[in-house]
Amino acid sequence: MLRFIATRCLGLIAILFSVVTITFFLVRLMPGGPFDRERKLPEHIEKQLLAKYKLDGPLPEQYINYLGDLVHGDLRLSTKYRSRSVNEILADSLPVSGLLGGIAFCVATMGGVLLGSLAAAKQHTWIDRTAMLAALFAISLPSFVIGPLLVLVFAIYVPVLPVGGWGTVQSLILPSITLAAPYVAYIARLTRASMLEVLTQDYVRTARAKGLSENTVIYKHALRVAILPVVSFLGPLAANLLTGSIVVESIFSIPGAGSFFVNSVLNRDGFLLAGVVIVYCTLLVLFNLIVDVLYGFLDRRITLYD
Amino acid sequence: MASWIAASRFMIESRSPWAKLRRNPAAIVSGIALIAVALAAIFGPILLPAGFGEVTHNSFLPPSDQHPFGTDLNGRDLLYRVLLGARVSMLVGIAGALVSFVVGIIYGMVAGYGGGQADSIMMRFVDVLYAIPRLIFLLVLISALDPLLRRGMETHGLQALIGYSKIVILILCLGLTEWLTMARIVRGQVLSLKSQQFVLAARSIGQSHFNIIFQHLLPNLIGVALVYLTLTVPAVILDESFLSFLGVGVQAPLASWGLLLSDAAQVINPIKGYWWLLVFPAIAMSLTLLALNFLGDGLRDAFDPRQRK
Repeated sequence: MLRFIATRCLGLIAILFSVVTITFFLVRLMPGGPFDRERKLPEHIEKQLLAKYKLDGPLPEQYINYLGDLVHGDLRLSTKYRSRSVNEILADSLPVSGLLGGIAFCVATMGGVLLGSLAAAKQHTWIDRTAMLAALFAISLPSFVIGPLLVLVFAIYVPVLPVGGWGTVQSLILPSITLAAPYVAYIARLTRASMLEVLTQDYVRTARAKGLSENTVIYKHALRVAILPVVSFLGPLAANLLTGSIVVESIFSIPGAGSFFVNSVLNRDGFLLAGVVIVYCTLLVLFNLIVDVLYGFLDRRITLYD
Repeated sequence: MASWIAASRFMIESRSPWAKLRRNPAAIVSGIALIAVALAAIFGPILLPAGFGEVTHNSFLPPSDQHPFGTDLNGRDLLYRVLLGARVSMLVGIAGALVSFVVGIIYGMVAGYGGGQADSIMMRFVDVLYAIPRLIFLLVLISALDPLLRRGMETHGLQALIGYSKIVILILCLGLTEWLTMARIVRGQVLSLKSQQFVLAARSIGQSHFNIIFQHLLPNLIGVALVYLTLTVPAVILDESFLSFLGVGVQAPLASWGLLLSDAAQVINPIKGYWWLLVFPAIAMSLTLLALNFLGDGLRDAFDPRQRK
């Protein structure tokens, strides 16, 4: 187990290294510098600016220096939001995105597993069919259709919830539903398929033969095994929620980290972009690692070291 | 001998893939719907009255006989915009998927046929790319390459085409980030094919590796790859609309479904609910995606039943 975690951590460093390198050089490839305005800056001022933001000197040297700063946890200054460091910007906005993502994560996993087991338990009834039809639609509708539709219905025609913004509990409801909806549907389908398979197994028949109630059989005995495919989907789920939150934050004007993705690209704000990309990728890879370890604990048939 | 009998019995019992596909109503309906969408996208903008795509003063007219889908912020007919969006979205989806198809097939065949050290290095690279969220990578890639292409077009006297540079960039970038699954599938196919006797026979009569790859392996795996091509198209359309929604994709006066939805989301937030701006592009896009997925699933079940999930 330790050996597995150690190899994966090495892999994490390799991935982060490639991500940093690709981002750094792609940003420098873009024509137009971060200080280009309508009027050209006087040369000495531009020089000073470049020096302040450590953008002077030959490119390989800049790259090495940047890697050095990263190792010390310094993500540098943002060239757009002058005098604010990338660390500060992320410290302000990440908790917002994290809260939204966390709620969506819980809604998606719990809602999906519940709906899926319910549909499997009531197979061939209208409950099953309606749930699966709804799931099909939720999967094929992208979040930027679901989001504005929800706004149209629950904030404009029946004004019970705010259109957007941040800070109140009500303002959390529509964004988290929008973000979670496709994954509720996906997990429900996953759980249903796996549950139907598990329900044919011998130990389930034994549990029924013992006279246990149907609920105990399904939610206590069968679910424990049926949930495994869902656990292995948790890693990709986190990745999708991270990228999905970019859109959802823009629909509901939520001050999260997602907006910095697009804006930093448009503003040629290289260090901010690199910072956001690094943080997102780290979170993602760490999460995948946790999921793999968790999987090993849940399913003893799996050995993590080969 | 026994295995040969088993194999031949399997051949007799299994219906031909086309017959299987014909017995799948969802796939057939989807195929017909897609042909209808494609025809409407190609001919619709030509058949509509001239001037429907122009900016006028008739902003936000609700759906009526004259404008069945209503008009948008700039007074353009929404039906025209949706059909134009269908053109761009389908073009980007199909062309982007084709790019990923070519890249994925070549990469997968080289890795699978090369085997050994080369194979493991190439597949680790694919693993690393899998670990990077694709849309994040796309945002960076597009913003780096788009100005380069624009400048290149300006210096080579192609100013007239500059409006379309974004489409080219989208096709390239989406294609170059979407090939990973295709490469894995093709590699798997090559691994199982290359140990078969016809490859050994080809090698024993002195065929070059190039010939073996392209004349013997490629025809055997192209079917499976084509099936996955149809599943890549909706994924690329979805990614394109995501990028257009965020403002790094197609720009007005061109249209794509993502751009139309983004415009709608912007004007819907104020007190007025211009529902048609949202509903019609959403229906067009969702139905197309749904149909593409049904058709892709149907094709996969018919041609490659082992891969069924």
